[in-house]
Amino acid sequence: MIALTSPLAPVAALGRVVLAALASLGRLVLFAASVVGHITRPPFYLREFGLALIQIGWLSLPVVGLTALFTGGALALQIYSGGARFSAEAVVPSIVAIGMVRELGPVLGGLMVAARVASSIAAEIGTMKVTEQIDALVTLSTHPLKYLAVPRVLAATLAMPVLVAVGDSIGIAGGWLVGVNRLGFNSAGYLKNTVDFLEGWDIGSGLFKGAAFGFIVATLGCYHGMNSQRGAQGVGRATKSAVVAASVLILAANYLLTEVFFTS
Amino acid sequence: MIELKDVHKAFGANRVLRGVNLTITGGQSMVIIGGSGTGKSVLLKCILGLVHPDAGQILLDGEDAARAERDAFLARFGMLFQGGALFDSLRVWENVAFRLLRGLKARPKAEARAIAIEKLRRVGLRAQVADLYPAELSGGMQKRVGLARAIAAEPEIIFFDEPTTGLDPIMAGVINELIREIVVEMGATAMTITHDMSSVRAIADRVAMLHDGVIQWTGPIAEMDTAPDPYLQQFIHGRATGPIEAVR
Repeated sequence: MIALTSPLAPVAALGRVVLAALASLGRLVLFAASVVGHITRPPFYLREFGLALIQIGWLSLPVVGLTALFTGGALALQIYSGGARFSAEAVVPSIVAIGMVRELGPVLGGLMVAARVASSIAAEIGTMKVTEQIDALVTLSTHPLKYLAVPRVLAATLAMPVLVAVGDSIGIAGGWLVGVNRLGFNSAGYLKNTVDFLEGWDIGSGLFKGAAFGFIVATLGCYHGMNSQRGAQGVGRATKSAVVAASVLILAANYLLTEVFFTS
Repeated sequence: MIELKDVHKAFGANRVLRGVNLTITGGQSMVIIGGSGTGKSVLLKCILGLVHPDAGQILLDGEDAARAERDAFLARFGMLFQGGALFDSLRVWENVAFRLLRGLKARPKAEARAIAIEKLRRVGLRAQVADLYPAELSGGMQKRVGLARAIAAEPEIIFFDEPTTGLDPIMAGVINELIREIVVEMGATAMTITHDMSSVRAIADRVAMLHDGVIQWTGPIAEMDTAPDPYLQQFIHGRATGPIEAVR
């Protein structure tokens, strides 16, 4: 052990932090791998999967839709005012469309779902942990990972692309509403520009990102919930950690996926 | 029969179990007593495999619990948790029938519901309770539902973790009586953890006292009051002075 007064103390402290972070990352990766490994192996909890689909997918629609609507409208205004500097106001429909489907739809949708779903999953599973409900599952011959994590992760991974698709459409509609009503665009022309400009992969890449973000959100919610410490404070910390970690990982994954999809 | 041979468990520097040796014969009701934080719940969780012992052996009918097929092993057990541990998102009958709806002993839904209602009746709850959620029940009713869940699949061995904690004396008496009746009726092996002496006297055939990570004393309930062990006598009479430090 290096004494606190040693000149190497800060390096040792940094080393401890890095090692702890790597250990946490390792545990998270093992957890995620274990969840994926259980997805294809019976028993399958269809009722829990259905409930998770409703909770994560259906009930997230309002928040994702509203976020996309206002983002699409604001994006149209920004592009119009920025484009006016070099007489490029006409690009509003195409840039709104590409911005929504490639980036803002999946990323903002992912972040909103992270706030709504990762927190609720972590709080629910964390409470189950501290009230011994997870131990009770084990004594009732039920694998907690299979019963709690697999349905939620699978539901989030499948529901997020649908949410992103809906968010993309509403975001583009928000841009169209502002473009036509505030910026004087012709309605049919705006829509034609949007449709002509978008390519299949623009949409596909966003949907793929959505699936990845859904996986991240649910996995981190489950991971932090299952590793929640005792008491209300422990559940609170798990909830906060799940949202923060999911949000940061979504942004990091978005950068990596964008590199892979659009720079090669 | 459950045998524990030199079972050790530590959490970091805290050595909770330091060589527990204990035998619980089939059909017997064993009650483990001991102060708070002496490792009673850890011992129980070690047997169930919820916590893995660092050393020692746990045998169930001569078979090493660590090597037993997990589902078949757990199917032999029922457990009443201290706080009930009922699943909030499921109705009462679904909690009781949880094991009957899944896994090795899965039954059709209607049959599982009928069994759940029958078990609820057995613990003194009306059929109307079946469709409520756990949050709608009082603490005593939740304990009864937990008890109904523990016996629903008619296990050979039932564990009770602090069955009367948080209940008023009358409700505690009711739960104690129910446990005793059910264990006798089912012929099950029972292991109860408690520091409620009225539970000990109502439930136990044999008593074991856990102190400092080892079994300090074990014997039939009839011998508990006259046993010369100073630790046991201090504990059962609730004396502040004696070999057990009051502040731990």
